[in-house]
Amino acid sequence: MSETMQAAPAPVRAEGEKMIEVVGVSRRFAKRLDFAGKILAKLGAPIREEVVHAVDKVDLTIRKGEVVGLVGESGCGKSTLGRMVAGILPPSDGTILWKGKDRTGLGGKDARAAMLQAQMIFQDPMSSLNPRLKVAEIIGEAPLVHGLTTRSEFGRYVDEQMRRAGLDPVFKARYPHQFSGGQRQRIGIARALAVQPEFLVCDESVAALDVSIQAQILNLFMKLRQELDLTYLFISHDLGVVEHLSDRVVIMYLGRVVEEAPTEVVFSRANHPYTQSLLAAVPRIEARKKAFATVKGEIPSPLNPPSGCHFHPRCPHAFDRCRAEVPALKEVAPGHKSRCHLNDLPNHGGMPV
Amino acid sequence: MEPSIPASAAPPTLQVRNLQTSFFTRAGEVKAVNDVSFNVGRGKVLGLVGESGSGKTVTGFSIMRLVDEPGRITGGQILFGGQDLVKASEEEMRQIRGNRVAMIFQDPMMTLNPVLRIDTQMIETMQAHRKISHEAARQRARDTLGMVGIPSPDERLKAYPHQFSGGMRQRVAIAIALLHEPDLIVADEPTTALDVTIQGQILAEVQKLAATTGTSIIWITHDLSVVAGLADDIAVMYAGRIAEYGSVADVLDHPLHPYTNGLLGSVPSRNKRGEPLRQIPGMTPSLLSLPPGCPFQNRCPRAADVCRQDPPMAEILPAHEARCFRPHLEEAGVAA
Repeated sequence: MSETMQAAPAPVRAEGEKMIEVVGVSRRFAKRLDFAGKILAKLGAPIREEVVHAVDKVDLTIRKGEVVGLVGESGCGKSTLGRMVAGILPPSDGTILWKGKDRTGLGGKDARAAMLQAQMIFQDPMSSLNPRLKVAEIIGEAPLVHGLTTRSEFGRYVDEQMRRAGLDPVFKARYPHQFSGGQRQRIGIARALAVQPEFLVCDESVAALDVSIQAQILNLFMKLRQELDLTYLFISHDLGVVEHLSDRVVIMYLGRVVEEAPTEVVFSRANHPYTQSLLAAVPRIEARKKAFATVKGEIPSPLNPPSGCHFHPRCPHAFDRCRAEVPALKEVAPGHKSRCHLNDLPNHGGMPV
Repeated sequence: MEPSIPASAAPPTLQVRNLQTSFFTRAGEVKAVNDVSFNVGRGKVLGLVGESGSGKTVTGFSIMRLVDEPGRITGGQILFGGQDLVKASEEEMRQIRGNRVAMIFQDPMMTLNPVLRIDTQMIETMQAHRKISHEAARQRARDTLGMVGIPSPDERLKAYPHQFSGGMRQRVAIAIALLHEPDLIVADEPTTALDVTIQGQILAEVQKLAATTGTSIIWITHDLSVVAGLADDIAVMYAGRIAEYGSVADVLDHPLHPYTNGLLGSVPSRNKRGEPLRQIPGMTPSLLSLPPGCPFQNRCPRAADVCRQDPPMAEILPAHEARCFRPHLEEAGVAA
């Protein structure tokens, strides 16, 4: 396997212009104290506001034409980061540059145009589609409002969007509940593409679909990428899907990026112990009666993350420094970054045991 | 026909023969489980695989006799320990359920009562089925929690379900299923909602249990990769029927049925990176409007005129059955 992977061309499209640049972005969610809580706190009760660092100082650059896979387990902040990148959730700290410009600094028309350029496709198609609107209205509403089509052109425009997403325009007068899960996801895709975006954030977009339908939707994503020269941030917990689709993979754990590398490097030479255990835990269809590899312990609560390196309580290679000091995300090879103290050890060669 | 797998000497723990379960809806009879037969040997794991609506969960519920109105088992046998569960009375089933046969659900909160402490629930379960002192039951509950990998079981016994994480809750549900050392566990997608690293831990525990206690397991899932590493045999379901049945190696390495073949082809890791995935065209048919004959014919690349008749389940290769007139024999290395 590794032979064919190394033969594959090294990091592609690194030369493209920067589409999204995430610089030191954090997002915190606080559970404010209610009235009774505030009084109790004043009286000296041991309660305080709970703050979750969903995303903690993340840097990420996505270049034009790239497919970046964002991987992590529940609570790692991948969806929060995706929402911030798509522009539907403001960051608490840091800046997100869209083609070199800060979106928050743009006004009126420019801001709207920038917002339209980045669209999001969600996991659950049913809860992201208005059940009271017909498919034609769901897909055509935004383009009409933003002047991408006219009343007289509306029908034709919607037909074209539906056909591109693999839906028969005959069904445009139907409601979302009259479709199957796979078709609903196609409606979500058609809606996102109807405003002619350049960049798509797909948040677990195939996770709820059956394998045979999942393959159809993944193929559609790849076809659209070619046809429309799209850039993707593909968020998923499914490493198989990410490996198949992405040029570059970013792995998050409890709000921090722990590793970032071209796809073939992640799957053949993962550096961070978390990435390694994640890869070992993925069930493989080639396996026969194998002993399942296990990572000890659970994912800690993001309310109360471990000190130092967040992964140290579960890490097989942890030593004292991991408990005390947060490791920095450092380049271990060109285009390959990892956040692990082991890489500073001499005679280590950048690979944990 | 007689299921021929596995060909071991000891009688299998469970034999399902020509099981039929239907739901009588206003729109008509929905044959959710249609002529399903399989065996599960002692200490063996059967992976029951299928997409949504294929009837895999209803098969599991039928074995537990948990199918509710408007559903009903309309035919076939479920032979378990010399008894046909289809004919068992409600009282007999109550004795068997949770005791000799246990079920684990996708959502552990289906098993757990949110307002009772774990120890109350576990002790209650034990005392429902046998005479056991409170203290002995508590001891057993503690040991079982330890067995499924819950740290500090003594304190955790006093916790409520909401105080556990999703993975830990599923472990508690598994521990409750194990309390009576059942002969058979029906596990319905128990790791689907869990994270990969937690799923790995649970799969490792289950594997250990099947090997050490001799408990047989039916593992219902949509994920072929999970059963690849866990199961001994696989039954692939499509539209209420078993499309293919055999050992893991036979079914996954040499699939006979075009549906199994298509399903395996659409798994990303089986494809070259970045190339279009092989896909099965169309979508799963509604069980209310199945075409006459093979239910897969409209999506099947090998369909021919003969497929408009009903294909029988046939042992096409030794101990490897499929319900297909035009199986993939070339790939399996056999001349047609």
